[in-house]
Amino acid sequence: MPVRPTAAVLLVSTLTAAATLTACSGSSGSDPDTLKVSFKQSTDNSIKVMDEFLAGIKTQFEKENPGKKVEFIPVKAPDSEYYTKVQQMLRSPKTAPDLVYEDTFLINSDITSGYLKPLDDYLAKWPDWAQFIDTAKTAAKAEDGKTYGVPDGTDTRGLWFDKGIFAKAGLPTDWQPKTWDEVLDAARTIKRKVPDVTPLNVYTGKPAGEAATMQGFEMLLYGTNDGTTDPLYDTTSKKWIAGSQGFKDALDFVETVYQEKLGPDVSTALDPNIQTIVRGDLLPKGKLAIDLDGSWLPQDWLPGSGHEWPEWSRKLGLAYMPTQHGQAPGKVSMSGGWTWAIPAKAANPDLAFKFIETMQTKANAQKWYIANSGIAVRKDVASDPAYASAQPGIKFFTDLVASTHYRPAYPAYPKVSTAIQEAMEGVTTGDMSTDEAASSYDDALKSATDNQVIQK
Amino acid sequence: MVLLLLFLAGPIAYCAYIAFTDLQLTGQAHASFVGFDNFREAFQDEEFLNAVWLTLVFTVISSLIGQNTLGLALASLMQRASKPVRTLTGGIVITAWVLPEVVAGFLLYAFFRKEGTLNAILDALHLPSQNWLFTLPILAVSFANVWRGTAFSMLVYSAALNEIPKEITEAAEVDGAGGWRRMWHITLPMIRRSIGTNLMLNTLQTLSVFGLIWVMTRGGPGDKSQTLPLFMYEQAFQNSMIGYGTAVALLLLLVGSLFSVVYMRLLRTEV
Repeated sequence: MPVRPTAAVLLVSTLTAAATLTACSGSSGSDPDTLKVSFKQSTDNSIKVMDEFLAGIKTQFEKENPGKKVEFIPVKAPDSEYYTKVQQMLRSPKTAPDLVYEDTFLINSDITSGYLKPLDDYLAKWPDWAQFIDTAKTAAKAEDGKTYGVPDGTDTRGLWFDKGIFAKAGLPTDWQPKTWDEVLDAARTIKRKVPDVTPLNVYTGKPAGEAATMQGFEMLLYGTNDGTTDPLYDTTSKKWIAGSQGFKDALDFVETVYQEKLGPDVSTALDPNIQTIVRGDLLPKGKLAIDLDGSWLPQDWLPGSGHEWPEWSRKLGLAYMPTQHGQAPGKVSMSGGWTWAIPAKAANPDLAFKFIETMQTKANAQKWYIANSGIAVRKDVASDPAYASAQPGIKFFTDLVASTHYRPAYPAYPKVSTAIQEAMEGVTTGDMSTDEAASSYDDALKSATDNQVIQK
Repeated sequence: MVLLLLFLAGPIAYCAYIAFTDLQLTGQAHASFVGFDNFREAFQDEEFLNAVWLTLVFTVISSLIGQNTLGLALASLMQRASKPVRTLTGGIVITAWVLPEVVAGFLLYAFFRKEGTLNAILDALHLPSQNWLFTLPILAVSFANVWRGTAFSMLVYSAALNEIPKEITEAAEVDGAGGWRRMWHITLPMIRRSIGTNLMLNTLQTLSVFGLIWVMTRGGPGDKSQTLPLFMYEQAFQNSMIGYGTAVALLLLLVGSLFSVVYMRLLRTEV
């Protein structure tokens, strides 16, 4: 088809426009005095914790560094969409910010993609780094041994229980189970003596997503064997572990909970909104006796959250999740959290690290942990009485940091996690026996990891 | 024309290209060309085949049978109804249609869930209640799509029915043709073109329904309501496999065009 003159003119002008646009964004991306910071903004308009914290840091930073300006690029999205958006931004130097907020869940994936810059040179010269606890330091460490992010807090997990229901069932209100069996026994007692409540919630299945894997399954799995080695991923051979007895034992636990009807009704457990149901309905209304869940629950019950429940600290007790047979170290917890990282294509990496240093002074870090109901990863903050008494429960969850585990968050992890959820769902609905579910997990694991699997 | 090429064909061509690579959103340093691997993988993937089957079930139940028949029925009933009734029914049905997909999803989630409206009604009638989203997820989301999409068919058919000259219907009535006979021998043949257009538009729209199902069931429980768009989303954005997800999207496009071809054929033979 011959190109008509008008079309040719249009084409030229379009191309020119495109070129101009590109040139514009290119130049603003390399402005040496402007620091671009991208972060995850809450999808809930009433929650401004991060916005307010960062605004304060910006004022401080601009005052301490005359002539420099901070520009925020907030991304307002739920977790999974935030990852996608950030990954797209990181692909090109035109859109890459100077500083980015990264979930430890995916940081290794982004490192493999070459999206992030190693921070070891900066960290070596930064005295505050010594204050960070060792497990948290490894959270953003890649397979190459380099560190790619500075964690701004963490979270831990344990058993929340309703003291009122426990009293009715004749169980101690300072309950602390020593083994899995003691957890199940307590649930059975509650089922017998207080029949109108749900005895024990363990998140399960694909609808609950990562909550099923991390709050549910891994809290069990990491308490099997000797309780110190990683039961999912073998670091020496760099392979994923298949066919382990621990895996089957953890599935057995889930099966017991749902087949003995100790957990929520299966259809409720597999409701995509199960987390909201637990936090907003079951727990505050006294309809759930024991909940295996994360340290962040009180966030939902704070004043201004829409469902205030200030009495929670009197009504709920906290117990750590025991290892399978009570073997050392006796308790188990999983941790995740977010880190600040510098994109490989950032225009101003030095300035970006300075901003991290400002955010992570002891005073600022402490302010952030408290505002965010986060758990401290700095030793000096963790031992500060002002922090420990800022909120009920904070000391309990901070003490768990010593015996916590981070996920093997390598690139295949999201797929491995889905495979775990499917195995859990199989035993929850009763469609599969634990052996069937475990072997279908082994198959899924092989395809998810390109056969990087070891039998253990 | 050039603009069209630049803004429409460009991205489509790029998508088609990506479908032949192993591009990942994250976790990979470089993508490479893998030929037909993604497609081969799809046809060996049980989850994909399950999604194709569910997509067909969802489309046949909610679009072909539900929206289409119900829309026609409503349109013919409204021809005879009094003006206030017509306005009221039309208003309600169209409200369902203009509601954003996600809002409609939440409404129907509230309707079908265990403590939801439907079970409350069943309880009041002393009928057994159950968790519809758990026991019959694909039917529940199909019903939701019927609820949401019928207005469109109704509007198309109302317009078509208004086009039928009064004399023809009256003449048939004089000849002694009953309601069903008139429908079968006069109305349907006369609005055949509208039926074809409506079926095609409905089907294409139904094939791409995502938000409604996502909000109501997230494709679950298990994969029991995971249609192709949800499967595609899971592969591309949750498992980061953009290349594979795009290949699935192309296959979905293929399913859509198959339906279109079938409808056009049906139309042509009857002309």
